[in-house]
Amino acid sequence: MNTQTDGRITDIKERYKGGVLKYKQMGYWRPDYTPKETDFICVFRITPQDGVDPEEAAAAVAGESSTATWTVVWTDMLTAYEDYQAKAYRIDAVPGTGVGTDKEAQYFAYIAYDIILFEEGSIANITASLIGNVFSFKPLKAARLEDIRIPVAYVKTFKGPPTGIIVERERLDKYGRPLLGATMKPKLGLSGKNYGRVVYEGLTGGLDFTKDDENINSQPFMHWRDRFLFCMEAVNRAQANSGEIKGHYLNITAATMEDMYERAEFAKQLGSNIIMIDLVIGWTAIQSISNWARKNDMILHMHRAGHGTYTRQKNHGVSFRVIAKWLRLAGVDHLHAGTAVGKLEGDPMTVQGYYNVCRDTVTKQDLSRGIFFDQDWVDLRKVMPVASGGIHAGQIHQLLHLFGDDMVLQFGGGTIGHPAGIQAGAIANRVGIETMVKARNEGKDILNEGPDILRAAARWCKPLEQALETWKNVSFNYASTDTPDFVSTPTTSG
Amino acid sequence: MHITQGQFSFLPPLTDEEIRAQVDYAISNGWAVSVEWTDDPHPRNVYWNMWEQPMFEIKDGAAVIYDLDACRKACPNAYIKVNAFNSTRGVESMVMSFIVNRPAMEPGFRLIRQEGEGRTVRYTTLAYSTETPPGSV
Repeated sequence: MNTQTDGRITDIKERYKGGVLKYKQMGYWRPDYTPKETDFICVFRITPQDGVDPEEAAAAVAGESSTATWTVVWTDMLTAYEDYQAKAYRIDAVPGTGVGTDKEAQYFAYIAYDIILFEEGSIANITASLIGNVFSFKPLKAARLEDIRIPVAYVKTFKGPPTGIIVERERLDKYGRPLLGATMKPKLGLSGKNYGRVVYEGLTGGLDFTKDDENINSQPFMHWRDRFLFCMEAVNRAQANSGEIKGHYLNITAATMEDMYERAEFAKQLGSNIIMIDLVIGWTAIQSISNWARKNDMILHMHRAGHGTYTRQKNHGVSFRVIAKWLRLAGVDHLHAGTAVGKLEGDPMTVQGYYNVCRDTVTKQDLSRGIFFDQDWVDLRKVMPVASGGIHAGQIHQLLHLFGDDMVLQFGGGTIGHPAGIQAGAIANRVGIETMVKARNEGKDILNEGPDILRAAARWCKPLEQALETWKNVSFNYASTDTPDFVSTPTTSG
Repeated sequence: MHITQGQFSFLPPLTDEEIRAQVDYAISNGWAVSVEWTDDPHPRNVYWNMWEQPMFEIKDGAAVIYDLDACRKACPNAYIKVNAFNSTRGVESMVMSFIVNRPAMEPGFRLIRQEGEGRTVRYTTLAYSTETPPGSV
């Protein structure tokens, strides 16, 4: 058989004589290929089945996520098929796996896709290719999409966040500090009137935002119209009490798009400045609501409900950094991106990588934070990351040190669970944030001096003292399941 | 009533020394600094009166304190804030803003409700301080 050094069969008769060929033979393994500026590049972490060589496994991923089917089809020859074939062009063994380790061999497979494969401005379309069939493919034990480089030409086909960090701050007239929020608790069971009370107490105490939880829609204990009406009374009262703009993320997630539009329109009619959706509504619904939000000057909050089912395990699924990139394109303004120190999964460096993807103008390759590629966002607006889940006032210095000003800090239990009440909880957190921002700006080393800085403020702020005392021993120190695998390269200057 | 706009309204009033430290932080980042004042602290009043022009490429924070003193002398019973502005591409907006002067008595806001159909309410927030003509207090 006439084959190239990379295993390709270039003789047309041989290539298309019918039957089953290896993916390498079909041309999906191209170690000589240099990706074009307009190509998508994906890096998959793959675990081949025993006996499947890694090049063939990488070629299979390229094939199954682009043009290939399990057998040879002559109809390929009606197309410029070489352009439509994705090309696996590089494989690296994942450090700490394979021979001599206790883990089975894994590889990072780099695959390039020509831009012609994708419909402009459609996350649904790119996901149908890139994470379509390929993750169920038998020759692989597991596969994970680790990162993606999206060509600038394709980024420009999206409108991105309807509001973005900068405009959100200008609308709220709040600058130079993290925004402060809280998720209403208990998640389920409160009537509209009682729920609005929690919103009112939190916002009046000093929160900027309160939030519906991801599973608050329109249940028997609280129908959505009731919730919206009572919450807006609370928002407006708190605004008048404080002279500050306040907001409550009204969750419009519902069974159908018609229901979601109806709820969004009602939120607008009541003067809400923000609405909320859950990731589980799907890419098409997200892009539709993003368009609606853009048309109606509404901040769009995204709760990443469900992502842990496919982002958390290192060997299989899709990394959240990829989901974050797609969501920035699809167009959301707020995105839950982890806390590193709270109750939910998140290695600090990895989480910083997600924050960078949300907020950078140009994201630079940064393997220690799991970022494989440079990504130019071509002035697409920035997404405000949200830190939420098991965080409290005693961690403010760590959160500010890790993530900076442009985020929303959401202390749910850490506000509502305060022993002196919800307003006291809000005051404690707001004083904590303002104290820490002021200290950082004054040049203090907040990571190390943070606990002392908080204690000093607690001497004049009783609610902060109570918060620090209540949660002093609460930390969630478990090993992360999702951490970057890389070997830092020693440099000569080092 | 104590309005809580700005970065540091939950903290005790900043001393001149503390204000200077914040201004120095802004300057060290290359941000422009400005002083603004108003009689109308309505949360949607984003255009406070500028006291002089924003100071671009400022080197010495003393200039800000000098302007702030002049502003305080001219409008002792007004709200005054110090802002920092970042002109970097992709930001081009305010990045700091904190209140440094308040009226002796802050009258706060009246919330007006206009009832509509289906239990809806149209809310209006009015600053009591704007019930008299500007500058008359």
